[in-house]
Amino acid sequence: MSFFKKLKEKFSGSEEKHEVSDKYKSGLTKTRDTFSSKINNLVARYRKVDEDFFEDLEEILIQADVGVTTVMDLIDELKMEVKRQNMKDTEKVKDVISEKLVEIYAGDDDLTKANLRLKENDLSVFLFVGVNGVGKTTSIGKLAHQLTEQGKKVVLVAGDTFRAGAIEQLEVWGERVGVEVIKHRAGSDPAAVIYDGVQAAKSRHADVLLCDTAGRLQNKVNLMNELSKVKRVIEREIPGAPHEVLLVLDATTGQNALSQAKTFSEATDVTGIVLTKLDGTAKGGIVLAIRKELNIPVKFVGLGEKVTDLEMFDAHAFVYGLFADMIEPDKG
Amino acid sequence: MAFEGLAERLQQTIKKMTGKGKVSEQDVKEMTREVRLALLEADVNFKVVKDLIKRIKERAIGQDVMESLTPGQQVIKVVKEELTALMGGEQSKIAVSERPPTVIMMVGLQGAGKTTTTGKLANLLRKKHNRKPLLVAADVYRPAAINQLETIGKQLDLPVFSLGTEANPIDIANQAIKKAKDEHLDYVIIDTAGRLHVDEHLMDELQQIKQNVDPDEVFLVVDSMTGQDAVNVAESFDQQLNISGVVLTKLDGDTRGGAALSIKAVTNKPIKFAGMGEKLDELEAFHPERMASRILGMGDVLSLIEKAQDNVDQKKAQELEEKMRSASFTFDDFLEQMDQVKNMGPLEDLIGMIPGANKMKGLKNAQFDEKQLVHVEAIIQSMTKKEREDPSLMNASRKKRIAKGSGRSVSEVNRLLKQFEEMKKMMKQMTNMQKGKKGKKGKGFNFPFM
Repeated sequence: MSFFKKLKEKFSGSEEKHEVSDKYKSGLTKTRDTFSSKINNLVARYRKVDEDFFEDLEEILIQADVGVTTVMDLIDELKMEVKRQNMKDTEKVKDVISEKLVEIYAGDDDLTKANLRLKENDLSVFLFVGVNGVGKTTSIGKLAHQLTEQGKKVVLVAGDTFRAGAIEQLEVWGERVGVEVIKHRAGSDPAAVIYDGVQAAKSRHADVLLCDTAGRLQNKVNLMNELSKVKRVIEREIPGAPHEVLLVLDATTGQNALSQAKTFSEATDVTGIVLTKLDGTAKGGIVLAIRKELNIPVKFVGLGEKVTDLEMFDAHAFVYGLFADMIEPDKG
Repeated sequence: MAFEGLAERLQQTIKKMTGKGKVSEQDVKEMTREVRLALLEADVNFKVVKDLIKRIKERAIGQDVMESLTPGQQVIKVVKEELTALMGGEQSKIAVSERPPTVIMMVGLQGAGKTTTTGKLANLLRKKHNRKPLLVAADVYRPAAINQLETIGKQLDLPVFSLGTEANPIDIANQAIKKAKDEHLDYVIIDTAGRLHVDEHLMDELQQIKQNVDPDEVFLVVDSMTGQDAVNVAESFDQQLNISGVVLTKLDGDTRGGAALSIKAVTNKPIKFAGMGEKLDELEAFHPERMASRILGMGDVLSLIEKAQDNVDQKKAQELEEKMRSASFTFDDFLEQMDQVKNMGPLEDLIGMIPGANKMKGLKNAQFDEKQLVHVEAIIQSMTKKEREDPSLMNASRKKRIAKGSGRSVSEVNRLLKQFEEMKKMMKQMTNMQKGKKGKKGKGFNFPFM
């Protein structure tokens, strides 16, 4: 069975899945209806698997911000594979491409679907980190909503004491979702707020504590040290916490995302990525490079402005989204 | 992580072809390939790179490069010229309406930095141009966006106009302009909500605001870390709103910022300002040539020189050079020099601007903790005047006293003393070398602790 048939079947399997894939599709591209016709188009365009075909593929992947190094490696592997299997049919090659892309992402541990480290009947602490303006607070609001829907008791802590209006922004989310927000005054010590947040979550027997932090550029050493301190405070108060350190990444970000992932990991041992703003035309292909080089998986994707528009990451659906553009005939 | 600059890439290519007297067409091709990779890694859009490479290749294969003895440098020169030309001249002017108030609209994606930039721009208008701006909170969607602008207004002591979150952005804009007229405020800066360029409904709203207020400037605010998608964003905002300029934000990060090039190439609108930090006075005029260097990973020598010129007192620098020559450099001089360097801004920024600094092993991820500077300062300040002038006086009990006075350990005091001696030795060597080359290096500007 071809990869795309598999994908298609996968997505039409159940009602729920269908909904998810629709969101990906409407979020990532507008090509759903003409998907198969476009595959045909590409195949028609390239009768032969030649240099031009690979050049076009390279172009499309680079335009999805996958990154030059990753793309070059992938193309090299593909060329070898094509040679080895003596493939001439572009349709088959396309299967191999998508499989390879998923493989890059899934790695050895076959991680095509994200999972969250949520503790049963005990407090789980999630720390949100990232550069300015990526959507940390919004992601926290959305996740708080989801967890509350699942019957969890959620507490938020406003660790961004720096940016004007940040505390108020989290408070609005708290009101919307109906969860408590622990806060100090603007300008106070973030580690102290987080400490209070942990204490409050413990005494209220909350299931999940979501910690917001101020956005910071990763080359500001002092600010990164401050973040490490925040994490240490959580570690000290609850052994094993934070259970997730989520790096929030804007899908429109280019190669700098790799530097962000690396530096934030050094400071806080990032456990997963929240890829936001995937509902635009940006593809967020850089997460492939991040996964490949730093082994950090994506856990959530933000697919829209609505409170429900935060989904668990699915590598197949993601690659499908990257790929949908590849078959747009007017590209390249 | 391949993040080295173009210069290094080209050097590697050229190494492969040493021994040849002349550069062949094939060699030029190899070099342009490296240029292409460097540009792509800097997030310049694929199509923009393609066009650029075509032009660069033409120029390179034309005699510019092939006849040259230093082909690598020639290629860099050609590339840099092309990039600078593409990015256009410096244009940090803001329109002035004949009938005040002048209206500026800030537009862009979510999280680009519109609200902060609105504050910075207002601050700039007041400080540099002596204007009276009114900030307008027209972002009724994002929670607490109005609150954010109001806080910024308070920090700057500037008026902010808002009608809450229930009002229509068009009404807010209209009423704000009326208020500005009544109160004789000469600039109105409208902070609109962030939106996706593909969101038809919200883009429509922007068009309506634009039609209603007839702004003198429409500034697209773009995150400098944006990747390949920058062209799509800039193109749609420009097509729908006919933007008048671009503000590039978060340039104080370590991104190469190839988006700048992409945006300029697709919109042909000037990039007017660059956001250089979180503080409200950190908005600078955009310098195309420096951006070209940055995209190529060549360091921002010009900015560094300018910063140095701004902050270093020339007379003092001359005195210092004299002292270095005669090796009578003391801890007092050291303190003074440290102050001057500190005035130039965060050390890590300065280091980032030195070409090749990101290649040097020790410096690449150097943790320049400003706190360490404070410690050094404390130690020196705990010395007596005599000790500062003559470190050879130092003995165990003096060191102990200094350690106590500065709250640092004796070993730290020792380390500083040792570093100071080494530095003095180095300075002597350097000044001797300079004497030999006769003033080739210009006036003695040196960083003792780098």
